[in-house]
Amino acid sequence: MADAALFEFLHMEMVAELWAHHSDPGPGVSAGSRGKEARAATGQKMSLSVLEGMGFRVGQALGERLPQETLAFREELDVLKFLCKDLWVAVFQKQMDSLRTNHQGTYVLQDNSFPLLIRMASGPQYLEEAPKFLAFTCGLLRGTLSTLGIKSLVTASVASLPTCKFQVVIQKT
Amino acid sequence: MRVRSCDSLVLVVRVLRGRVLVVCAHGADPRHLSCRHPFLQNYPLYIRSAPTENELKFHYMVHTSLDVVDEKISAMGKALVDQRELYLGLLYPTEDYKVYGYVTNSKVKFVMVVDSSNTALRDNEIRSMFRKLHNSYTDVMCNPFYNPGDRIQSRAFDSMVTSMMIQVC
Repeated sequence: MADAALFEFLHMEMVAELWAHHSDPGPGVSAGSRGKEARAATGQKMSLSVLEGMGFRVGQALGERLPQETLAFREELDVLKFLCKDLWVAVFQKQMDSLRTNHQGTYVLQDNSFPLLIRMASGPQYLEEAPKFLAFTCGLLRGTLSTLGIKSLVTASVASLPTCKFQVVIQKT
Repeated sequence: MRVRSCDSLVLVVRVLRGRVLVVCAHGADPRHLSCRHPFLQNYPLYIRSAPTENELKFHYMVHTSLDVVDEKISAMGKALVDQRELYLGLLYPTEDYKVYGYVTNSKVKFVMVVDSSNTALRDNEIRSMFRKLHNSYTDVMCNPFYNPGDRIQSRAFDSMVTSMMIQVC
């Protein structure tokens, strides 16, 4: 479907745009270039949080719109199941492949062929570039959870493209 | 066109985290609604622009009804319910109002206070009003210029509520 491709292209450009002004910190012994490295690292962290923030706002809106016709969620696990099924289908046209939990507030959502990574490689190539393509989705999950009343911390990890895992840790207030 | 006598209709929306949104209209005449008493949606604090003497009373009613809403939500947790709308049926002994409630999955509560003399208002009409409110609230949420947690200043929301109240009164 063309719709899916539109979002993928937009996402690619978002990441590219945010990383366009990050220059590669070269090896150097002088204090000047060390400072440049530190600045580049902070700059990249900033871009990651900008992406995550974008995903968060989108997640908040989706969390309001998607469950509109469905039943009220009875417990946390229902909300996570909603994320894996309805949210993922709405955004990525497929369901999450596996959901695991330790029943103490930590959930691991695994996607074996994540649509935003699938065009890149299938294997260990580009592993170090992958995190920036997951930041938006982490924010998306966090935003949707926040609208549904759950405060959480979402991180993502990639062992080999295009499989990735999203870890959701529920924050108890 | 239906003509009903309606003393006043108060629409209140409140968010779980302690914020109140109040829309109020006063008067039986639809013209009355639009020109003499413009109403205002507010999100965190409730500032009512409609200068009615019942203002405090409605605020009090809303606050008390929110307790009932919370009770119902916790009761709903275990029961099998297929409709999220909550009928509170809270009647004030002196003023004789009916209070209806509705809760969304995102814990946003809509509270509607209707004058009991307006008995022609049927159950499914109330439900459709809540559904319209929910749809408009979702649209507000999806607006990129809206920060969740702020007062709702969307004119589209305003006009939807206006048309709804004019329809009822």
